Amino acid sequence: MFKIVRREEMTGGTVILNEIAAPLIARKAKPGQFVILKANEDGERVPLTMADSDPEKGTITVIYMVVGKSTALFKTLAVGDGYQDIIGPLGKPTHLEKVGTVVCVGGGTGIAVLHPITRALKEIGNHVISIIGARTKDLLILENQMRKVSHDLRISTDDGSYGHHGFVTEVLKEILENEDVKQVVAIGPVPMMKFVSKITAEYHIPTFVSLNPIMVDGTGMCGGCRVSIDGKTKFACVDGPEFDGHKVDYDELMRRLQAYCDEETECYEDYCTIRDAG
Amino acid sequence: MPEQKPEIRKRNFNEVPLGYTFELAQKEASRCLQCKKPGCVEGCPVAVDIPGFINFITKGDMTGSIRNLWSRNSLPAVCGRVCPQEIQCEQRCILAKRGDPVAVGHLERFSADYERAYGTGELPPNAPATGKKVAVIGSGPSGLTVSGDLVALGHRVTVLEAFHKPGGVLVYGIPEFRLPKEIVTQEVHFLERLGVEVKCNMVAGNTVSIDELFESGYDAVYIGVGAGLPRFMIIPGENLVGILSANEYLTRANLMKAYKFPEVDTPIPHGKNVVVLGAGNVAMDSARTALRLGADKVRIVYRRSRKEMPARIAEIHHAEEEGIEFFFLTTPVKYLGDEKGRLTGMACLKMELGEPDESGRQRPIPIPGSEFELQCDFCVVAVGSGANPLLTNATKDMKLNQWGYIVADPETGKTTKKGVWAGGDIVTGAATVILAMGAGRKAADSIHKYLTWGW
Ligand SMILES: Cc1cc2nc3c(=O)[nH]c(=O)nc-3n(C[C@H](O)[C@H](O)[C@H](O)COP(=O)(O)OP(=O)(O)OC[C@H]3O[C@@H](n4cnc5c(N)ncnc54)[C@H](O)[C@@H]3O)c2cc1C
Ligand code: FES
Repeated sequence: MFKIVRREEMTGGTVILNEIAAPLIARKAKPGQFVILKANEDGERVPLTMADSDPEKGTITVIYMVVGKSTALFKTLAVGDGYQDIIGPLGKPTHLEKVGTVVCVGGGTGIAVLHPITRALKEIGNHVISIIGARTKDLLILENQMRKVSHDLRISTDDGSYGHHGFVTEVLKEILENEDVKQVVAIGPVPMMKFVSKITAEYHIPTFVSLNPIMVDGTGMCGGCRVSIDGKTKFACVDGPEFDGHKVDYDELMRRLQAYCDEETECYEDYCTIRDAG
Repeated sequence: MPEQKPEIRKRNFNEVPLGYTFELAQKEASRCLQCKKPGCVEGCPVAVDIPGFINFITKGDMTGSIRNLWSRNSLPAVCGRVCPQEIQCEQRCILAKRGDPVAVGHLERFSADYERAYGTGELPPNAPATGKKVAVIGSGPSGLTVSGDLVALGHRVTVLEAFHKPGGVLVYGIPEFRLPKEIVTQEVHFLERLGVEVKCNMVAGNTVSIDELFESGYDAVYIGVGAGLPRFMIIPGENLVGILSANEYLTRANLMKAYKFPEVDTPIPHGKNVVVLGAGNVAMDSARTALRLGADKVRIVYRRSRKEMPARIAEIHHAEEEGIEFFFLTTPVKYLGDEKGRLTGMACLKMELGEPDESGRQRPIPIPGSEFELQCDFCVVAVGSGANPLLTNATKDMKLNQWGYIVADPETGKTTKKGVWAGGDIVTGAATVILAMGAGRKAADSIHKYLTWGW
């Protein structure tokens, strides 16, 4: 069993943080990699990209939004309880390089995944501007943490309750007009990544995104996670989860995420709603 | 052997053959002519002493029978159910000439099932501890065989398995109605009682590398990771919703028990009008699973003809009895979908057989202008599998062949990396349970020699 050593509720209990004892995974985990968690015997295998890892303490941290049956089950786990199974680290780590000015764009729980990547990009000497967004102020997570790892933090909310009134893409556009941006990282709901990539393509700025298709094994064994990159099929769990944002077929990804939505939705919601999480 | 009736079994996941009674088993066993030079033993990849274990059944000595089996084959309950006996032992039986060979597989199964139900549970003695440690990567039939053999010789064995349950294809691939999971659980349990340590959730290559295993004190490593990379058709439309690899479909159904959804949390598509591509055991298992999940119509589409089908004859027969239809000499060229990106059918071509190809089978050639449409709302792709590069990519100093399989000595299983052996599907490509076990046994012998005398 993998014990939860720290648990926090955010945004009024819709987003949960779990720090979990998993020493073997913590020893190896790098920014951008994910784990697969299964709460109990009959549970589903749920992939989550790690928000942090601490090799000394032997822990990993995941942050998830409660959207369906499996995440609702995860939410019932208290400190001292545990997950029956966790495997990882899976997927390729983020390709980190010193390029100059980098913009990190995060939406919803994508901010949790973006945080360690932003920190790493800053540590190797990039000038980091971050934009984080949510539907409304109360749903915004990790503002302070993101401020710490960025040179400049911008905020936007759909309803204007905090920061820029509108979408992260509008803030991004303004930055691209005024700064010499060399790279963009976008992690969040699929439509957000799609529109960020559309804009950066106009400005010819290399962009990578982190994809979260439906997965089973996470080791390249089932092909359930296949995504189209530049017209070619890739397995997100082993070839990704990060890909060139300009080459991803986002519409296909959104349709595939909803594969199980039409049937008895009670238990399928986890994937259906992920697309507009945040 | 008595079986569940097709119209009943096609809607449940219980095992199809019901097993012999003691009387039936003895009657079948007494048909064995106890040949002096038994062809059946030559036909068995691990040379089970077939007349020997059958003779014990005839005499009513079931302990003798299972001990005899175990001496050559550590998973008789599995092999009795899934081996292709018709091209191995039973084909070579002298009575096969008259069309009715001794049912070796059924008897093997009976002996193992009897031991599980009534056996003493007494463990065979292990040799004294040698103080040597062996890591076995992958818990399929090949890894389990290596573990059983080495633990009996006094070595400390740890099995590392990527999935959350041990058993390899026996748990994630082969369905309950053909191989009840309870049997695999018990076999693994048996090894644990012998002293084998099984660690799940360990993705070798990611969680731990082979070099780290050596650094942490292991003296030898066996790789039995199978051929788990699903092949697709690589034709337009393959990423439509409603197309799954057989690996994904069967893993959801078997390992994740999705056939019990919503009692369990993992969903599985419930196709009504299903097409399965391919004609091996994997295709038969997928087709019959779809039927049990409530499909109205299940069709197997295969580019060659009936006689080239690689599946076990018993399974083809079972599938036909259950009402699965076969489209031979047919290949899809494109999947068709609706505006929501869901599968609605496929465009297919008719084929004819030409010259033999490298596999020795006649090569299927498309007939121009023969295109037609097949409607379906769900498709399982079961056209084979390849080598998963996850571990081999992370192990740079080990030689692979052009298809990415590990190069290993066929007699010993030694790879080109010192202290590392490999066997089963990751060396041969997708094959059979018994061949994976045979490779495991040879490697165990070689590992034992190495641990005793050196590389
Ligand atoms: C659906 C289906 C039906 C079949 N039916 C039959 C049949 O009727 N008769 C027959 O003889 N054969 C059958 N086969 C073939 C047979 O199952 C295989 O040939 C056999 O299981 C191969 O054994 P193995 O030990 O080499 O590998 P596997 O059984 O594939 O086991 C490999 C194990 O290694 C694990 N693994 C992979 N990578 C890693 C890693 N990096 N770290 C740790 N663990 C890892 C996997 O999760 C798996 O558990 C069937 C196969 C399938 C898929
Ligand atoms: S999750 Fe199965 S191949 Fe990626």
